[in-house]
Amino acid sequence: MARVKHEGQWYGLDEGESVLDGLLRRGVAVPHSCRAGACQSCLMRAERGEVPAKAQVGLKETLKARGYFLACACQPDSELEVAGAGADLRVSARIASLERLSDSVLRVRLRPEGRFEYRAGQYVSLLRADGLARSYSLASQPHEDLLELHVRRISGGLMSGWLFDEAGPGEPVVLQGPAGDCFYVPGRPEQPLLLAGTGTGLAPLYGIARDALAQGHTGPIWLFHGAVDASGLYLVDELRALQSQYPQLQYRPCVLKGQERVGVWVGALDALIKEACPRPAGWRALLCGNPDLVLSLRKKLFLAGLSLKEIHADAFLPSTPPPQAGTGVTTSASDTSR
Amino acid sequence: MKGNVAENQSSLYEQIGGEPAMSAAVELFYRKVLSDERISRFFEDVDMERQAAKQKAFLTMVCGGPSAYSGKDMRKGHAHLVKQGLNDTHFNAVAEHLGATLTELGVPTPLVEQVLKIAESARADVLNR
Ligand SMILES: Cc1cc2nc3c(=O)[nH]c(=O)nc-3n(C[C@H](O)[C@H](O)[C@H](O)COP(=O)(O)OP(=O)(O)OC[C@H]3O[C@@H](n4cnc5c(N)ncnc54)[C@H](O)[C@@H]3O)c2cc1C
Ligand code: FES
Repeated sequence: MARVKHEGQWYGLDEGESVLDGLLRRGVAVPHSCRAGACQSCLMRAERGEVPAKAQVGLKETLKARGYFLACACQPDSELEVAGAGADLRVSARIASLERLSDSVLRVRLRPEGRFEYRAGQYVSLLRADGLARSYSLASQPHEDLLELHVRRISGGLMSGWLFDEAGPGEPVVLQGPAGDCFYVPGRPEQPLLLAGTGTGLAPLYGIARDALAQGHTGPIWLFHGAVDASGLYLVDELRALQSQYPQLQYRPCVLKGQERVGVWVGALDALIKEACPRPAGWRALLCGNPDLVLSLRKKLFLAGLSLKEIHADAFLPSTPPPQAGTGVTTSASDTSR
Repeated sequence: MKGNVAENQSSLYEQIGGEPAMSAAVELFYRKVLSDERISRFFEDVDMERQAAKQKAFLTMVCGGPSAYSGKDMRKGHAHLVKQGLNDTHFNAVAEHLGATLTELGVPTPLVEQVLKIAESARADVLNR
């Protein structure tokens, strides 16, 4: 039977159970969110034993080499001795400011209390003092003092609700990461870029677009930002100003439904992209936000001729509670006392 | 038919261009397969990188290259699709795209035919018969 050792204690895993689920089931606190191998908040390190390759998909080589793996994607064959992500991957930070960008989007600025290196467009795991973890993309650029996140309010959302309603400047948090390969790679300044995202999927694209422009990108940069209706658009004035400063930037705010307005396109995002960029073969695409949209866009762009190597996508997968926690955590403790 | 290509010393895989040719072929082939309504539903796996890697392993195998596939894996790998209705018409469609991909990349007709013959030999395993 597979089992894991954590802080001196052995825990048996059920058939097909992940290290994350096995530890959570026994009450060990491990930060986690998506439970699908996407957000990297459940990063752990193997001190001894064999880590299945599947548990290291998407990790940087430097992390793999040090035995890091994703606990939610790790179903070991035998014995594994594990430890939580080390201090070397984490940095303390404090909330510097909270500012509404729209009714549903909050700009969260953070001041790291140590070195924190990243590329514009990558994402971090944000850990609250009690261990609640969620991933957020960075909208800032590495040379800026503060990190910037754009957080959308999710109804009933633990982290977004806390940030909107309770957190204040000075609040301590911990950052883990960065992760993700949605970032600008210099070297082909003339290659057209297609940046597309919905909702707060704009956050990384905002960072990437400014990074590409700062690094002298000369080819067209198409930035599509999709929202259900006009209230979901934000940073519109900033992006229009950027567009007038850089003629190669084509900013296209789009809404699924609503009145025709000057400078806002109405329709489905994929249809608008197809209309504006009918032949994207040879381009590079960076896609962020709603998972369904990101995955279907990726497929459409691949079919339109983009190489898979030229499509980078970060799907904002939501959190998934562990199976046995399902109802128990959210309902009152009094029901079904067994 | 068989003789004139088999005469060649190098393997079929090498004659077609080896690994670089497989890399060039995989995206073209996968794109054709995904855009074909008859069969695209069998390729709905959202993990496109992984799907592409599988397509490449398949191409490498039918071209006679170093491949991890065995008949047993083919059976196991397709069993769930057979349950979903995978049959000869779908197999034929994939073979059609395979031939078209290689032809498009300039592979000479006799070699394409040889590849299709190897693919044909996997039919029973793929369809779990
Ligand atoms: C790589 C990555 C990058 C991300 N970047 C950002 C970012 O830049 N900005 C941002 O706002 N978010 C981003 N997210 C999503 C973010 O990590 C959280 O999932 C989100 O903020 C909700 O957390 P919460 O604690 O408020 O809600 P939770 O308490 O986690 O969720 C409450 C309930 O709502 C559901 N839910 C959560 N999110 C959604 C959703 N989007 N649609 C439908 N149901 C949902 C949950 O499954 C749960 O049932 C990213 C996610 C990933 C994986
Ligand atoms: S990657 Fe494991 S919880 Fe998200």
